[in-house]
Amino acid sequence: MDFQYFIELFFGGLTRGSIYALIALGYTLVYGIIELINFAHGEIYMLGAFTALLIAGVLGIMGFPAGGILVVAALAAVVWSAAYGYTLEKVAYKPLRGAPRLSPLISAIGMSIFLQNYVLLAQTSDYVPFPRLLPEMEFLDAIGVMGPSDFLILVTSTLAMIALSLFIRFTRMGKAMRATAQNRKMALLLGINADRIISLTFIVGSALAALGGVLIASHMGQVNFGIGFLAGLKAFTAAVLGGIGSIPGAMVGGLVLGIAESLTTGYLSGNYEDSLAFGLLILILIFRPDGILGKAKVQKV
Amino acid sequence: MINYLGKALLASCWFMLLTLPVMGIRLNTVDQTVEWQFDRVLMLGAAIFFLSMLWNWCFRRKARGLPLLGLPAALGKGLGELFRLPTRNARTRAVSLGAVLLIMLLMPHVSSFYQTNIMISALLYVMLALGLNIAVGIAGQLVLGYVAFYAVGAYSYALLNQAFGLGFWTCLPVGGFMAVLFGLALGFPVLRLRGDYLAIVTLGFGEIVRLTLLNWASLTGGSGGIKDIPAPGFFGMQMDIDVSTMFVYYIVLAAVVVTIVVISRLKNSRVGLALQALREDEIACEAMGINLARVKLSAFALSSCWAGFAGVIFAAKTSFINPASFTFMESAMILSMVVLGGMGSIVGVVIAAMILILAPEYLRAFSEYRMLIFGAIMVVMMIFRPQGLVTGERRRYRITKLHGDAAQ
Amino acid sequence: MSHYSETTDVDKDASTQPRNDASRAQEAAPKPPVLDAAIVEDQPESSVASAPARRTPSIGSRPVLEVEELTQDFGGLRALNELDLTVNEGEIVALIGPNGAGKTTFFNCVTGIYTPTEGRVYLYDAQKRRQLLNGRKPHDITAMGMARTFQNIRLFGDMTVLENVMIGRHCRTSAGIWGALARTRAARREEQETIDISYALLESVHLEQFWNERAHNLPYGAQRRLEIARALATNPRMLLLDEPAAGMNPQETKELEELVRRLRDSRDLSILLIEHDMGMVMSLSDRIYVMEYGSRIASGAPEEVRANPRVIQAYLGESDDA
Repeated sequence: MDFQYFIELFFGGLTRGSIYALIALGYTLVYGIIELINFAHGEIYMLGAFTALLIAGVLGIMGFPAGGILVVAALAAVVWSAAYGYTLEKVAYKPLRGAPRLSPLISAIGMSIFLQNYVLLAQTSDYVPFPRLLPEMEFLDAIGVMGPSDFLILVTSTLAMIALSLFIRFTRMGKAMRATAQNRKMALLLGINADRIISLTFIVGSALAALGGVLIASHMGQVNFGIGFLAGLKAFTAAVLGGIGSIPGAMVGGLVLGIAESLTTGYLSGNYEDSLAFGLLILILIFRPDGILGKAKVQKV
Repeated sequence: MINYLGKALLASCWFMLLTLPVMGIRLNTVDQTVEWQFDRVLMLGAAIFFLSMLWNWCFRRKARGLPLLGLPAALGKGLGELFRLPTRNARTRAVSLGAVLLIMLLMPHVSSFYQTNIMISALLYVMLALGLNIAVGIAGQLVLGYVAFYAVGAYSYALLNQAFGLGFWTCLPVGGFMAVLFGLALGFPVLRLRGDYLAIVTLGFGEIVRLTLLNWASLTGGSGGIKDIPAPGFFGMQMDIDVSTMFVYYIVLAAVVVTIVVISRLKNSRVGLALQALREDEIACEAMGINLARVKLSAFALSSCWAGFAGVIFAAKTSFINPASFTFMESAMILSMVVLGGMGSIVGVVIAAMILILAPEYLRAFSEYRMLIFGAIMVVMMIFRPQGLVTGERRRYRITKLHGDAAQ
Repeated sequence: MSHYSETTDVDKDASTQPRNDASRAQEAAPKPPVLDAAIVEDQPESSVASAPARRTPSIGSRPVLEVEELTQDFGGLRALNELDLTVNEGEIVALIGPNGAGKTTFFNCVTGIYTPTEGRVYLYDAQKRRQLLNGRKPHDITAMGMARTFQNIRLFGDMTVLENVMIGRHCRTSAGIWGALARTRAARREEQETIDISYALLESVHLEQFWNERAHNLPYGAQRRLEIARALATNPRMLLLDEPAAGMNPQETKELEELVRRLRDSRDLSILLIEHDMGMVMSLSDRIYVMEYGSRIASGAPEEVRANPRVIQAYLGESDDA
């Protein structure tokens, strides 16, 4: 196989993987803090994409310039998704603190179904085209392995991840988040408001997912109420792959999964693209549930 | 009071803002116009206002440990008696069970073809929900890919019939057996997994089964599925479609009765107790000498078996199957029946499955919102009534020392 | 009452065994930290006023549980360090030490929940054969005759009190799925037996009036007793109690003490308990092991232990009047 083809697949995978990584961060952040698989996280991503689409549509009809539209739509998507994430936590998870472990998970599954059908009923079951907003980037043609949207995805997601890392590492809130993730009881004793940290976690995670949603929508050129389910599951796979609860793990996991998928599709067959993710998910959970970068935990008795 | 009104108002405003884009904007991409639908947002805001008050009221009652539905004392007591009547003693129990059975037996003779068909699918879901209830409700193993076993049953019949001409009655046990094999195949590797990981793995498993059915077109016909699956035969009798449907109805009914008998016996047995202990605490379970691996595998096998049977019947009923019938949404629907009915409760799950399938069929307005409501049910039940609609379905024990010797 | 019988113990012939078990035990465990039980019996009882007839003649010197050089590492942390311990037939042995000394970890290693990094755990089965427990699953170990309770109560909270005990009978009964479905005569008889034995066990811990309550509705002290009854239902010869008196008031503790003593005397049972209530430990135990930072720092009869300066320094001095 020629090298050019491989490079194209590789970059395709990188693009895809960055999106997975953005969504996976939300899973990992939430899991790190409250040990819940936020099953509805994929739906937040979908809501982000949809919000961006709607806002972009309105602005486009009103005749705004394309570049401006993309920025405004992305901002709106981030804001609204963050609000959805915040509300989701308040409605469906907060009342279940201290309930048996499976209760919030079932609630999350219910919320996922609810949100999908909310968009389905309020909007449409069809695929809706996403307006072309990206400018041509001529310098990319010289390299020849990626289009403008791939470039945008790589740049934006890299920036977002750097921003998140800085936030977690250096800000007061970020430190409080890390403290809560390590030991919630201790954090409480030290005067950290756990409820606020949990809300913040959902807001940050949702904002990142929304960013992923906007990027993928402009990349694929269409949006549908059901895109969150598969993307969410794959991102969860990525999070588990990297070790759930670990932020660098989610990033690495996302990229690894994206590239693996891209290569499988390119060299084997597109039919197995989704099966690959699920198969990988099952294998990791069974053989290395702590992921590549996660630490093994001792079961408490 | 003002406080609550304020809260509700705040919630209402918040939700109106939240839903503004998705509810308020409709794009017409062909004409390049925007339809603003503020009326929908306002209506939602009004609804949220009342829902929020209801929500807070429910929480207050829950916090004080009161039941959510407080009937006037006399009426409440009367109703309670009424509900307890059918189970008060062996005789009333037999009478009420007999009455239900009689109605179910007569049903296809008085109802239309269409209604019989609906009833068949409702009963199929009853069977599925009862089967899933073994794993989720009794044993506490959250299986999200239950529909995979249903698919295994359905495709077993369809493929065996296509390839070897095997009939329904041969395939019924084979389908169940195949589903059990798949259940064990899934069960073995996941033995050591924690609850939430198990849920995700089973979900992945279900999706892999569906994707395989979809992509292995040479065997399964891909998305086109398999057509012309014969209806169940009865000693080679020729049946027109009405009679045939009625026959399928009776098969499903019998299957449901068998399911109920088997599960109620199982639940109260030594194995059933071990399954319930598994749900409560795995470590204590092991420390009490229960072989976790064996009990978990039993739960998977027993649970998947019913999905296999139901799958065979489903294939025979519809005469056409394709992977679209076996999506995650089906699994979620079955799960919401278990959640609504009550984890581990047989009566509850039967009632919940009937309500959730029949209500959307008969209330057209309801049917569009069906999945929305299923989702909401899971959330609301977990928050306000995690034990489900029907509780207190407990076994009565006879202690020789207290109650005398039953054997003599 | 017709078919109630809880004497399924096989130890009835203990007295007819040749008396060379003590020497055999010493061969088996090259450096046992054991104070011979006979010596213990010679100790004066004066120091513990509240312990009438503490030692019964049933104490043998044949071991039931032998632990040799048990070591458990978690990552870089050594939770248990070459711990030796022996419990003889009919003995009540206490394992004490400050919080975090590794007592519960020790229980978890012995009962198979953790796999020890090094060392050996032996249990003598009903036929007095020494069985290595390392690598066995917890349920297997329970079936071999060792049962335990948990420090943080782990009852099956949503099930009834009777059902909790019935589950303990699981490994002593055999009805399978087919028996349950067909409700064969054998299955029904076995079930009735299970119910009656379980009820009798509830009587023995004075919980019979709660038999049809849900376990999580019981008061704290009753839950602890229910855990004991549930453990007894597995017909153990070795019973491990993890802080059985935690959270109990003095009256309850006293009753518990009586209960433990009665169980030992009436059921051919050896007991190893972790406990912080020094009064109870001192009056109840035949021997005491003291742990600190995963290692044994002392062992012996209660009087010896309470006189041991290291123990006083590590543990008793700071928390008790002794």
